[in-house]
Amino acid sequence: MSTATGPDATSTSPAVNPRALARGGSAPTARGPRESILSRTGAMLVMAIFTLYFLVPIWWLLVASTKSRGDLFSTNPLWFADFQLFQNIAGLFSYRDGVYLRWILNSILYAGFGAVVATLLAGMCGYALAKYRFPGRETIFNVVLGGVLVPATALALPLFLLFSRVQLTDTFWAVFLPSVVSPFGVYLARVFAEASVPDELLEASRLDGAGELRTFFTVSIRLMFPALITVFLFQFVTIWNNFFLPLIMLRSEDLFPVTYGLYAWNSTINQFPELRTFVLVGSLLSIVPLIITFLLLQRYWRTGLGTGALK
Amino acid sequence: MTAPTTAQPRARGGRAAGPARPKDRRRRVQHPWAIVAFVAPFAVMFVLFYLVPIGVAVWQSMLVVEREGTFGAATEVFGGFQQYAIVFQNEAFWTSVARVLIFGIVQVPVMLGLALLFALLLDSPLIRGKKFFRLAFFAPYAVPGVIAAIMWGFLYSPNLSPFEALTSQVNLLSADFVLWAIANVVTWVFVGYNMLIIYSTLLAIPPDIYEAARIDGAGQARIAWSIKIPLVRPALVLTAVLSIIGTLQLLAEPQTFRSFSSAVTSTYTPNMTIYATSSIPNVSLAAAFSVVLALATFILSFTFLRLTRRKGAQA
Repeated sequence: MSTATGPDATSTSPAVNPRALARGGSAPTARGPRESILSRTGAMLVMAIFTLYFLVPIWWLLVASTKSRGDLFSTNPLWFADFQLFQNIAGLFSYRDGVYLRWILNSILYAGFGAVVATLLAGMCGYALAKYRFPGRETIFNVVLGGVLVPATALALPLFLLFSRVQLTDTFWAVFLPSVVSPFGVYLARVFAEASVPDELLEASRLDGAGELRTFFTVSIRLMFPALITVFLFQFVTIWNNFFLPLIMLRSEDLFPVTYGLYAWNSTINQFPELRTFVLVGSLLSIVPLIITFLLLQRYWRTGLGTGALK
Repeated sequence: MTAPTTAQPRARGGRAAGPARPKDRRRRVQHPWAIVAFVAPFAVMFVLFYLVPIGVAVWQSMLVVEREGTFGAATEVFGGFQQYAIVFQNEAFWTSVARVLIFGIVQVPVMLGLALLFALLLDSPLIRGKKFFRLAFFAPYAVPGVIAAIMWGFLYSPNLSPFEALTSQVNLLSADFVLWAIANVVTWVFVGYNMLIIYSTLLAIPPDIYEAARIDGAGQARIAWSIKIPLVRPALVLTAVLSIIGTLQLLAEPQTFRSFSSAVTSTYTPNMTIYATSSIPNVSLAAAFSVVLALATFILSFTFLRLTRRKGAQA
């Protein structure tokens, strides 16, 4: 196991990654031949052009959300006209008894609560696979690894058939329950547990008389924390973006996650043109929770991405 | 283990290490109840929501519906591979498979090429403001597929687009272009994500590897080509496999585009065919489609893993 890719590679033990450390300082490091102004300018130009490519659509959405229905078509699409953002938001929130807020709440429940449960289950399983020897350990791990390759959309239809037998389609549980399984999370948790939970610590804890479960919940879980945050984020994004499952399971508007609700509105825009503004404002607002989550937790997920790729 | 490797050899190494253990240590498992308590919750859910559904899909795909008259009671009886025969004769389905394959052959290399370029630029001393670019390029990943498709659908529409000069000349939502319009949406969302995976791998490479090359007078481009790219191969393979899976499963973006473009039919991609078939409803046929698609995905990503590994071994 390469320590450079452990969960704390960039956060707590910079010694394993001297280059990252060198970059943080302002002292010029040995760079060999100085890069020509031409290649510097070229590189910056490429980055600048693609910054526009990535950010202009989001900027457009922001601007469009501030416009009245009339201004949307008649004014410069990339600049503000009569600023109506708050009226638009108020309109969105009160439309059909605030069904949009209901959708946001549903998404937060599905993705937030689902990802917490998924992280806990995956963390415990990955930890056991890393820290205990028992027959069938590698078999379990390989089956779970195979699960990573099974596309979630391939499971949606059979899950529907399964849930319809037990009368659970079109319920909260139909979308929630399948979301708590994260094979990729088990894989990440195992890799992280191997790297960051020393056997000596577990032995010491056992000598102190702590039970295995207690050791996990008081000691190991803290050492695995960056990993668990990564698993949480992966699963949160996966559930938040999941489309096939709600599409196939849900009929009641009250249960829709926000992405599916906006999809449904967008599909009827030709009959109900007043929905256009609500779809735009709703889309803008629905991106905010994810962006906030990413910004708050970016220290952790960046490390996680690297580990996932290297192992 | 300092050299980056993919997941598979690890798992194998682990298995090979098992039998080498002394017998007396294997005989008695320590803390059996703790192991059960840790593994069982995940295992139960995994079986219920991964393995059982796969079994259900296979079983359901073998059933055929028999009715007494047009509106009579329907009964499901075992029909063997009848549904699969229909799947293999279904032209719309295979057209949609061909469509996503063409899509993937173009979109995946373009996206990964860009992701690699951005990661290398971020990792080079040529760029200032790395933190800003990293965030700006990654931001679209926070936009769910459906929302990204809605946004770009508006951006492509002639009467709303800020790029009217382009959209009034070329109808990006016409049958000729809409597939590539969708490819752009997928690229826009995922370039930054792939870039970060590759970039994190580059950050983990110890810098002294570059010393000799620098002393020999190699420039950034040469270092990138001869040293960095070979070292990030495992990350490239991983992102490629994830992208292949994603391509074959294409659903949210094209399904959303149906409200912008009549060129996107209800059987435009394999997953859309499955959804359309299941809501007719013909669940047995839809299940057969699902099984075929899942197998195709599995075989394709597995083959890709194998091919790239063999190439790596020869090099």
